[in-house]
Amino acid sequence: MEEQLAVQISDLTVAYQEKAVLWDVDLDVPQGILMAIVGPNGAGKTTLLKATLGLLPTAAGQVAIFGKPYVEQRRLVGYVPQRGSVDWDFPTSVLDVVMMGNYGKLGWVRRPGPTERKAAEAALEKVGMSDYAQRQISQLSGGQQQRTFLARALVQDAQIYFMDEPFQGVDATTERAIVELLKELRAAGKTVLAVHHDLQTVPEYFDWVTLLNVRRIASGPVAEVFTEDNLRATYGGRVSFLSAARKEAA
Amino acid sequence: MSSAQIEIQLIGLVVAAACALPGVFLVLRGMAMMSDAISHTVLLGIVLGFMALGNLESPWLIIAAAGMGLITVSLTELLNRTKLVKQDAAIGLVFPALFSLAVILISRFARGVHLDTDAVLLGELAFAPFNRVDLLGLSVPHSLALMAVVLLINIAFIALFYKELKLATFDAGLAMALGFSPALIHYGLMALVSVTAVGAFDAVGSILVVAFMVVPGAGAYLLTDKLERMLLYAVLIGAAGTIGGYWAARWLDANIAGSMATMIGLLFVLCLLLAPQRGLVAIAARRRRQRWQFAQTMLTIHLLHHEGTPEARVENRLDHLHDHLRWEAQFAQQVVQRAREGGLIRLANDHLELTAQGRQIAEQNLRA
Repeated sequence: MEEQLAVQISDLTVAYQEKAVLWDVDLDVPQGILMAIVGPNGAGKTTLLKATLGLLPTAAGQVAIFGKPYVEQRRLVGYVPQRGSVDWDFPTSVLDVVMMGNYGKLGWVRRPGPTERKAAEAALEKVGMSDYAQRQISQLSGGQQQRTFLARALVQDAQIYFMDEPFQGVDATTERAIVELLKELRAAGKTVLAVHHDLQTVPEYFDWVTLLNVRRIASGPVAEVFTEDNLRATYGGRVSFLSAARKEAA
Repeated sequence: MSSAQIEIQLIGLVVAAACALPGVFLVLRGMAMMSDAISHTVLLGIVLGFMALGNLESPWLIIAAAGMGLITVSLTELLNRTKLVKQDAAIGLVFPALFSLAVILISRFARGVHLDTDAVLLGELAFAPFNRVDLLGLSVPHSLALMAVVLLINIAFIALFYKELKLATFDAGLAMALGFSPALIHYGLMALVSVTAVGAFDAVGSILVVAFMVVPGAGAYLLTDKLERMLLYAVLIGAAGTIGGYWAARWLDANIAGSMATMIGLLFVLCLLLAPQRGLVAIAARRRRQRWQFAQTMLTIHLLHHEGTPEARVENRLDHLHDHLRWEAQFAQQVVQRAREGGLIRLANDHLELTAQGRQIAEQNLRA
């Protein structure tokens, strides 16, 4: 029997007031890969992540995480939202934000204790943020904010990670740290789906890629799918820039 | 102090604490004005409840009022979701509609009952000790008993769901992904605000409830970076304003609730001015410090630039800074003074020289 898919999305359609943002998307994600989701602005990349996690109502289609609906598999999924989706002036510390990754395991009402604190400290160590544990979150740089979010997802100790633009607006050091982290996750048998913007780094950072523009254009190993034809089909006219990116990457 | 005086202050304290706690979350969620809407529309719930039940003492009135608070929230969200009306406008549309309906109903059907418009709008703390109930064999003011229960409910709710409230307020997306329904938490909090508003308006009137809810939280937000402390400080601000306001009212012979709200407002202004990091005075001091620092850096860079060149003798003379950097003579003198005290430059026969430290600072800034 073939190995169970980490994520299986079939016929997923998402619409905002009868205007489709995703049309009939099918996506099979095997276990233990790093998959980039790329596509132009408005292609529905974030929508795909959110709909998979049940954060948005879907018009049609199904999502299975290791063969079961998401609501039954929450514990297996870690989520790194876009950095800009929260208010960084919220009165709380880095450690406290990372602790939030424990909340799913704890469930309603139960409070985090020393075990959860240790897990959070270990995750901060992993992303190189131990020195910032007590820092107020409004004092962080963009890269530090992103690492805080990644540490929070690590605390979730999930099998699959959904990341919405983890590289967006981060410094070079953070970018390298994130790449290392992704490789570690893959080595530990985890699966990562990340919305990604920089086409040039796709072959270097990821081993699978999904090209998305409202519908799924292509999905598979980077070597097979990340072709100029597919990129042209995804991005339309702006091909010259793309082929340049492609050549550089090759 | 007479026992009535003590009781009035006690009621004020309990109201302030009960309002400040949910108020903190309203402030953090950017929903401060929702409390104003709710504190007015609960009146419609009370009127409808009164018309159905025929008395003003029934606990069902509180349920009816809280229900009306939740209806206010959902109507606002419904309007907002049409995308034809913005959130603040939606609040401005829903709450006067429901409130005016309540006012019409009172003037038409409930004339002469305790529900007179003045009491509703402003409350009358001075009379609160006259309306008493027996509680565990003790005769206590009705408002005090009611608000003590509300305060206990608020403390229990926030203590039980502290982590859920924090998560849903900071990152609703993650809350949902983890299985904590942000909608449930949202409506739970709104129910809390509604019940608090009903209890509080009896004591302080519907207009001032918003002052007790929002102002302490807004002030506490300026004082701390920790949510736990923000809750504590909000309660303290509310309490201090209440006691201070009571004695100010005695002294001025003015409405007690109004005086308390004013005092809470004054405390907020104090926070706004004097908060250690975020206060206006601290910000101004920081800017001034940065201005001096920048001027000193500019001076070191200017000196570095001309160091060892033939024109250095002219450029780096104290009395030439005024021409070359376009600094007022007095300002230039002060910058030089500070830079000398800081060990960045030294004075050698009328012209300025960089010290090793000064050179380092100039080079560092040029590199950055």
